[in-house]
Amino acid sequence: MDLAATIVLNGLTLAALYFIVASGFSLIFGLMRVVNMAHGTLYLVAGYVGYRVFEPLYDADVWWAWYAGLAAGIVAAAVAGALLQWVLLSWMQGQELRQALVTIGVSIIVADQVLAIFGGTPRQFFAPDAIFGSTRVPFVGGYPTFRLVQIGIAIAVGIALWLVLNRTRLGMMIRAGVDDREMLGACGVNVPRVGIAVFALGAALCGLGGVIGSTAQPLALGQDGRFLLISLVVVIVGGMGSITGTAIGAILVGLAEQIGQAMFPTYSVILTFVIMVAVLALRPQGILGRA
Amino acid sequence: MTTTLTRRRALLGTAGIAAGLATPLAAPAIAQGAPIRLGGLTTLEGPFATGGQDAFRTVQMELERINYTVGGRRIEFIRESSNAQADVALARARKLIEQDNADIILGPLSGAEGIALRDYSRTLTGRTIVNGSSGASDTTLRNPSPNFFRFSTDGTQWMAGLGRYVYETLGVREVAVTAGDYAFPYAQVFGFNIEFCRLGGRVTQYWAPLGTTDFGAQIAQINRSSAGALVIVHGGTDGLAFMTQYAQAGGQKPLIAGSIMADQTMLAARGPHRRVMVGMVSGGPIADVIDDPDWREFVERYRRRWLNEGGFPSPSIHAVNYATNLWGILKALEAVRGDLSNNQQAFQRALAAAEFKAPTGANVKLDHNRQAISDIFLNRVEERDGRAQVVAFARANAVNQTLGLPEAQFLALGAPSRDNAGCVRPS
Repeated sequence: MDLAATIVLNGLTLAALYFIVASGFSLIFGLMRVVNMAHGTLYLVAGYVGYRVFEPLYDADVWWAWYAGLAAGIVAAAVAGALLQWVLLSWMQGQELRQALVTIGVSIIVADQVLAIFGGTPRQFFAPDAIFGSTRVPFVGGYPTFRLVQIGIAIAVGIALWLVLNRTRLGMMIRAGVDDREMLGACGVNVPRVGIAVFALGAALCGLGGVIGSTAQPLALGQDGRFLLISLVVVIVGGMGSITGTAIGAILVGLAEQIGQAMFPTYSVILTFVIMVAVLALRPQGILGRA
Repeated sequence: MTTTLTRRRALLGTAGIAAGLATPLAAPAIAQGAPIRLGGLTTLEGPFATGGQDAFRTVQMELERINYTVGGRRIEFIRESSNAQADVALARARKLIEQDNADIILGPLSGAEGIALRDYSRTLTGRTIVNGSSGASDTTLRNPSPNFFRFSTDGTQWMAGLGRYVYETLGVREVAVTAGDYAFPYAQVFGFNIEFCRLGGRVTQYWAPLGTTDFGAQIAQINRSSAGALVIVHGGTDGLAFMTQYAQAGGQKPLIAGSIMADQTMLAARGPHRRVMVGMVSGGPIADVIDDPDWREFVERYRRRWLNEGGFPSPSIHAVNYATNLWGILKALEAVRGDLSNNQQAFQRALAAAEFKAPTGANVKLDHNRQAISDIFLNRVEERDGRAQVVAFARANAVNQTLGLPEAQFLALGAPSRDNAGCVRPS
């Protein structure tokens, strides 16, 4: 019983991480119609830049080292995302295949640069003691606190994202832009700038996931491909551009991965894709996607 | 990811045409005065990037020591990298042979890659592949290739004495084994189980695919099981993830480790895993501290050369395996005065006959499958000089690939795999 509870909790905490990373992907796709194949790269950029800031502070034993790394990672990813949209993608707006190919190119180049600059040694962030120990959870016993924090952050991200999209002026412009770009421009809104803002926001979410993920798991080359794949699966299962759908997709994938690992480890990888195939067969637009 | 390969393959294809056109001009390079082309293949990408980087450190160091010259001929060293996947290793090996025109390949690093290159070597004439650090047992045990040589020991050999130690000295009767789901851990688990189960021990097996980074569910199961000790056969990023999460989950069991876990690639990375790793017992072809003058001299040389350029405090297992295999090549090249003519026949005979001392001071010679028979160390992780080090406390001499069993009997146990992990109870 307690084993089952632990595994479910593990699945949910993993889902929280997947949600944070995939929500950025979903946001960018849903509103910009860009399949950003460099999404995993933003994860890497956030992780490595954040680590560069984090390590000397951690060595100096400063209590806010992790928070500084987190902030640096988010900012780095947001800037990288904004540049990606501004420099490369904005002038091929609407050409989806071309944009996908350009972002693949960017991801290859950046991964090689990261290898050249940082080398292949895996790295890992260490969160402040307050959230790094273990907490007693009913039915489960001692459980890593940081994994619980992950759930809290994911919920906060979900709520904040909903508020931004539905309750702010920026959100209103974004939603209007999805429906009719030209009319939005005619109303006096600088549409390209809205695009950059959306990209920066989606990338910042990915950056948040990058530092959180690199605290829970090692940060190494290859994580970019992994998180890109997971984001794709989560978004395909949940439905493109829907925040609630992304959350449902993340929970399904996270649970599938952990339950699979416990029950049939060799085939746990396949389980994730079985879910994806089933969704594509029965509901191609995703569980909560608009047809 | 597929796209990466396609793009690279396209480029390689173009380069291949160019090389093909250039070959008639380059033909005299085979003559005696031309350099010997030694292709190095290791993993500078993927989960074992750190170990691969370190492997090239010792190779470079040893080639620099002889000034890139052996038996009167210059050695030209060509670096190539894979990512621990067999198909990538194969593509890069082909590139070394077909485009760089390498005479000898030194590599690869990981288990399944070794099997792929063994099969590839069989299709070659007049070229030789000498293993780097890959340790799957079947690479040389079953269906060996006449062109593939391995002066390093395999994953099964590395566990010699460990199962007996856990059963007899630690008095543990039941263990949980967690391991990567691919060729090399199969060999390691097989080596451990074969001793442990023969004595009467019981084993519960937990497999995880290479590249797993969240071991939460597995660790929860292990911590709740009645196992008296935990045997961990992970390495690289997977190993770091497992150990970090095990420490965070408050794991308390005595730890026994495979050979690429208790290693500087793990101990040099920072994090909570270091705390639980002190006291860990492991088996393998090297340790940081071995009471042997040859080893001390080698470590000293490594530290002088690399400590200021990103090297570890002590060379890693991959670095030592690559160095051992390189020494085998150099020994044979010296014996034939760099003569690779006649389809390398004399050179391959010299390789098969080579006997020497590895950097660790272990004696190395090859068996009839061109596989090393060498010494294995039992190690414990200890705090020494303010840092965690792997210290050898026992040594098994001349361990062969069948762990002393008659070959026919060992082969009858079947190839190590997920479903054949070597746990055969005495009937």
